[in-house]
Amino acid sequence: MRATAAATISAPIETVWDVVSDPERALSFMSGVTRWESDGDGPAGLGARYRMLLRVGSAEVGGLIEVVEWNPPKELAWTSITGVDQRGRWRLRSLAAGRTQAEIRLAAGVPGSGVTGWIAERIAQPIVSSHLRTTVAQLRRLVENERMRTQAAARRSARGAHAG
Amino acid sequence: MAARGVAGMADTNGHIDSDEPHTDDGASGSGPSLVGRAMRGVARQVQSRIPRADLDERDPDFIRERLPLMWLAASLWYRGEVRGLGNIPDDGPVLMVGNHSGGNMTPDTVVFTLAFNTYFGVERAFYQLAHNLVLSMPGLGSLRRFGTVAASPANARKALQAGAALLVYPGGDYEVHRPFWARNRVDFDGRKGFIRLALQENVPIVPVVSIGGHETALFLTRGEGLARLLALDRLFRLKVLPISLALPWGLNVGDMLGHLPLPAKITIETLPPIDLKAEFGPDPDVDEIYDHLIRLMQDTLDALADERRLPVIG
Repeated sequence: MRATAAATISAPIETVWDVVSDPERALSFMSGVTRWESDGDGPAGLGARYRMLLRVGSAEVGGLIEVVEWNPPKELAWTSITGVDQRGRWRLRSLAAGRTQAEIRLAAGVPGSGVTGWIAERIAQPIVSSHLRTTVAQLRRLVENERMRTQAAARRSARGAHAG
Repeated sequence: MAARGVAGMADTNGHIDSDEPHTDDGASGSGPSLVGRAMRGVARQVQSRIPRADLDERDPDFIRERLPLMWLAASLWYRGEVRGLGNIPDDGPVLMVGNHSGGNMTPDTVVFTLAFNTYFGVERAFYQLAHNLVLSMPGLGSLRRFGTVAASPANARKALQAGAALLVYPGGDYEVHRPFWARNRVDFDGRKGFIRLALQENVPIVPVVSIGGHETALFLTRGEGLARLLALDRLFRLKVLPISLALPWGLNVGDMLGHLPLPAKITIETLPPIDLKAEFGPDPDVDEIYDHLIRLMQDTLDALADERRLPVIG
C-alpha cells in the first residue's frame, strides 16, 4: 500500500522544514496520528527514533521508526523498526516567489500476510490517503498562519519603534 | 466469510476461578448408564487434549502475519473502536479484566486482540485465558500461537510472573451466554479469583469494558438447568448449555460449532489501571475490590449504552 499527498505552501522552504522536522509538532498537524514521541533523548536528525501510531480503521497502526534520511531543508525519510513495515518521506522543494512544494509519502504493509494482507492494503489505502491529504492541508494552514502572525508582529514592533 | 474464521480463532471465554480439580468422579452419582459412561469417556478425551500452558508457544511472527485478517474483521465487520489503550501501562505485567459477550464467537476479543497487538506491537508478551473446551477443540490449536492459554490460576500466575499482559474474562461461559436482554450488564457470577491473583502477584488491574458483542445473535437463555441435567458442569466445567437464534443455524443449541455473528458495532473502553494496594490499603478486602470493579465497569457500560442508538447498527 502506498499513498501520497502534496500541497503548495506560501512560505520559504526553511520555515516548512522547521515544522515537519520537529517531532513535537507532529501531533498538531498530522491527521490520524495518535502518537509521535521521541524514543530516547537523542537530538532530531539521522538515526533519531520515534514511537508513532496512525489510526487506520479500528486499529492504531505503527511502532518504532527511525530517521534514515535527513537532508535539511529538503528530504526527511523514515523506516519502521517494529510494527507493520513502513517507509515514509517528507519531500520539500522551493518554488518561485518564496513558495514551497511539500509532499508526504507513505508505503506500508505486512509481508507474509498473503491474500488477506493484499485485501487489507487495498482497503486501507484510501483511508491512509485521506489522512495524508488532510495532513498536508493542515501543514499549509499551520505554516501560513504562523507566518502571517510573525509578519504582523514584526510590523507592530516596527510601528512601536517609530512611535517611541 | 473471513470474519467468522477470525472470530473463531480468537475465541476466549475462560475464567480462572475454578480451583477444584477437574476430574470426572463427580458424575459417578448419575449411575452406570451407557450415556453416562459415554459422556465420561468424552470428558476424559477432552481432559487429555487440554494443552499444558506453554508460554513459549506464542508466536509473534504468526500473529503479525494475521494482523491484516484481524484488521479486516475488526474494521469492516465489527466497525471496532477501541479507546483508552494508553491507560495500559507501557511495560510490565498487567491483568486486564473484561466483560464477555457474544457467545462462543466472542467478537470483542478479536477487536481487542488486534488493537492491543498493533498498539503495543507483537513484541509485547500478551496472553489470553480461554475455557478448556476452547483450547481442546480440534482446529483451534492455532489459538495457542496467538498467546491463548487454558484458564487456570497456575497458568495465569505463570504469565504474570513472566511479565506479560494478561487478558481474563472472569464471567467466562456464564457471562458470555447471558440472555440478550441482559446484554448491557456486567456479570462475573461472583468470581473473584482474579482479584486474589492480582493481589498475590502485585499487578495492576486494567478494566476493559466492551459493548456490541452481545448483539451478534439473539441469545435466549444460558440453559443452566439443561447443563446440570446432562451433568455437563461436572464433566466439562461447563455450567451452561446456551440456546440462541443465530446465523446460519436458526435455533442454536450449545453454540459448540459457533455461528456467523451479525456485524454489530463494537466499542471497547479501556479504563485507567487500578493499583489495588494503593487504593484499598495494604490488606485489601477482596469483596470490596470486586464490588468496586463491577460498579466501575457497569457505569462505563451504561455510558457506552447511552451512546448507542440502535442494536447492531450502533
